[in-house]
Amino acid sequence: MPEAVPPAPAAILAAMPITLTINGRERRLSVEPWVTLLDLLREREDLTGTKKGCDHGQCGACTVLVDGRRINSCLKLAVSLDGASITTIEGLADGSRLDPLQQAFMDHDAFQCGYCTPGQICSAKGLLNENQAPTRQEVQELMSGNLCRCGAYTNIVDAIMEVLEARGEARAASAEAAR
Amino acid sequence: MNVMQNVGIGSAINRVDGLQKVTGQARYAAEHPVPGLVYGVIVSGAVPKGRILALDEAEARAVPGVIEILTHKNRPHIAWFDHSHKDMVAPPGSPFKALYDDRIHFSGQPIALVLAESFEVARHAASLVRASYEVEPHNTDFHKAQAERFMPSKKRDSFQPPKNRGDAGAAYEAAPVKVSADFHLATEHHNPMEMHASTVIWEGDGGITVFDKTQGPQNVRDYLAGVFNMSAKNIRVMNPYVGGAFGSGLRPQYQVYLAVMAARMLRRSVRVVMTRQQMFTHGHRPEALQSVQLGAERDGRLTAIRNSATTSTSRYENNMENVVNWGMMNYACENAAGEYAIAPVDTATSSDMRAPGAATGMTFFEMAVDEMAHAAGIDPLEFRIRNYSEIDQMNGTPFTSKALREAYAEGAAAFGWSRRSQAPRSMKEGRELVGWGVATGMWDAMFSKTSASARLTANGHLEVASAASDIGTGTYTVMAQAAADTLGLPVEQITVRLGDSTLPTAPVEGGSWMAASVGAAVQLACRSVAEKLLKAAEKMENSPLGSASLDEVRFAGGRISLRDDPARGVAIAEIMRAAGMDAIEVQETASGGISGMISQMRKSRNTHSAIFAEVRVDEELGVIRVTRIVNAVAAGRIINPKTARSQILGGVVMGIGMAMHEESMADHRYGRFMNHNYAEYHVPVNADIGDIQVIFVDEPDPEVTPLGVKGVGEIGIVGTAAAVANAIFHATGKRVRSLPITIDKVFDANPLP
Repeated sequence: MPEAVPPAPAAILAAMPITLTINGRERRLSVEPWVTLLDLLREREDLTGTKKGCDHGQCGACTVLVDGRRINSCLKLAVSLDGASITTIEGLADGSRLDPLQQAFMDHDAFQCGYCTPGQICSAKGLLNENQAPTRQEVQELMSGNLCRCGAYTNIVDAIMEVLEARGEARAASAEAAR
Repeated sequence: MNVMQNVGIGSAINRVDGLQKVTGQARYAAEHPVPGLVYGVIVSGAVPKGRILALDEAEARAVPGVIEILTHKNRPHIAWFDHSHKDMVAPPGSPFKALYDDRIHFSGQPIALVLAESFEVARHAASLVRASYEVEPHNTDFHKAQAERFMPSKKRDSFQPPKNRGDAGAAYEAAPVKVSADFHLATEHHNPMEMHASTVIWEGDGGITVFDKTQGPQNVRDYLAGVFNMSAKNIRVMNPYVGGAFGSGLRPQYQVYLAVMAARMLRRSVRVVMTRQQMFTHGHRPEALQSVQLGAERDGRLTAIRNSATTSTSRYENNMENVVNWGMMNYACENAAGEYAIAPVDTATSSDMRAPGAATGMTFFEMAVDEMAHAAGIDPLEFRIRNYSEIDQMNGTPFTSKALREAYAEGAAAFGWSRRSQAPRSMKEGRELVGWGVATGMWDAMFSKTSASARLTANGHLEVASAASDIGTGTYTVMAQAAADTLGLPVEQITVRLGDSTLPTAPVEGGSWMAASVGAAVQLACRSVAEKLLKAAEKMENSPLGSASLDEVRFAGGRISLRDDPARGVAIAEIMRAAGMDAIEVQETASGGISGMISQMRKSRNTHSAIFAEVRVDEELGVIRVTRIVNAVAAGRIINPKTARSQILGGVVMGIGMAMHEESMADHRYGRFMNHNYAEYHVPVNADIGDIQVIFVDEPDPEVTPLGVKGVGEIGIVGTAAAVANAIFHATGKRVRSLPITIDKVFDANPLP
């Protein structure tokens, strides 16, 4: 190695201590500031259910819930989330009892290759938490941040509508159609 | 519940790998944990053609955590000759060899692989590698490339030259009604959600295990053995889960080559994942130009077909597709002439993407047919029925089955076609113009020799296995159902193994042949298990089955019983106990056999479909919405109506993308696809997709393949874009002959008289 090498940025990127609650478990972690939440989950916590589809916030495959809200984990640096509570696809089921969305996705064949599926389900979970999309068209609009190249969109909406209906939150689209 | 759920062939069970997928437990290529993993990040070249003059790696190498930087200057030895780099499905030519020398063949070509202890370090260091180039003149403009249009002497194996009949030129000149139309299809990229990725595990004994994103683990194994002069025995390639591919995983991509090269150099495990941008630096659906001329009598009978097309390839390989044959096969017409060639551009080689050739050629032909129906003043569905052919018109052979007529009828009924008003611009709702279009789809029903094993253990558990792949197509489920069907076992007692090069031989997952092929192989293997069980049962003292043959018994609920007297039977577990067998293990190969080969020559085998589309166009804003699609498919026997329906839905969605959204746009000055990301390359999103109805028409066909299955992976996209384009014409009176049909094109087009 040549001697007169300028100090590389990596040398000044000292790891920082953070605490995250991931799927109900408190994790004390030491993370360099340039690590995204997505890469932390996949490469360091072995939670590979959260997917990387673009690394640019364009596809939604990396969607997780942070304090109950859906976010693109590829756009979030892990160190900015100190103290937050993260739920990933691995944390949605209650033991062997699946989340109703997980069951509905299976029953409606709302995926094919399965790669976008964790992001779709976490996004749908966040959508339900937002209490803002009771009609089919609204669900379509508010799920449009999650790409599915296999084209399972109609089945995805069917699955989400079934869960909404079971919760008594679905609304017919008549009002919308009239406008 | 004591009701036996029917899980065999024909039942709409849930996907058997669903639980792994909805719980995040399904691990894809980049997700297999390995201790001491090295991360590789690929550096992409910045010019389309020329030579690397210098690579400045000093700054990158100085980053703490960087282990090595692989370039053409320090790479380990690889096979010298092209034939060692050819994979099973490579087109003729000289395959691309990353880091081979200083030559640049296309923009985005990998020029270095940065290897580091963490992903972040590798990514950062990769950004510090600087290259200087000697740039040579290039061309990525396909229209300019027409000057170099040619037909290579060595054809791709799958290429079938069009067969002409009659005198199409004279018939066209003489025809009272004529249509001549030139079409253009933009380059499309597959863009599966999972980016191409490989995790190479250095086993320490000279062997490697490679988790790769591929549609054919044995293809990748053999390719790597050739490139690195390794024994195939020392390479195990696995792809238990594949996050979509649509053709991009048919050929090994350069990340697996680079990851294996790095693992061999460092003698460590390595992971390399492409970026989404790099997903635009390999295979793609070729750009296409097609010219269709049709002649007809005034009553709408076709008298002349002239069909000519060019598709793009690279400078180093000659990729070819069957583009012009489809329309010549499908329509009754005495005079037909087809012509096809390719033209090279300075990009990576184009490749198969969902229904290669047909998605392009049938779409444009069906758009031309719509123009002809309009010119003749005939309803476009009625026009197709008037020119219906029971036989393959190009090859002069009958079909093993063709229920297209039924598909037209059932699709039209479900869509409400009879309520269509014929004149363009005659249907309106609110401020939106409404258009209804129809098109035909066609694809091959193929079968490929495939082996499978079956292992039944005394506890009643069955494992079936084959080196097949499931890229979202439902192969796991199809294999489980074929096994359940034969041995009467519940799916819960069946384990399916696939996606592993060490399993019995299977072809790449492509061409829509997998369900028919691996389904038949599993059935054969399970029948062989059944025979062994029956023989053992008949050796039992006082066997309740007597000397019944396989046809005289049925397998259900873990028992074998007589068909005529179901009370007389015996449990499988009991048979195995009595015979002292711990397990029955067999391997069988399904091939067409001699009768299949004869049938292959004498009959054509195809899937067909009728697609109906509704669009709504806000003319003031130019906004087009595809509100409704009905796709009626004739594809023989359907193994699982639920997963098969999803295949068609997916094809339809990609067809809508082809019609409306998808276009890889090159800046020809730089020879590079500029919209190389999901924000600028539009794939349809949820809100783009309206109602889609899928119909499988009844089409029993015991001849086409052993199970009567034709395959459904590709037919869903074929013709869908034409139905949409034809609906846009019906809504607006404007004929846009260039896909995708974007707002600007609709604004610029003039309504036809």
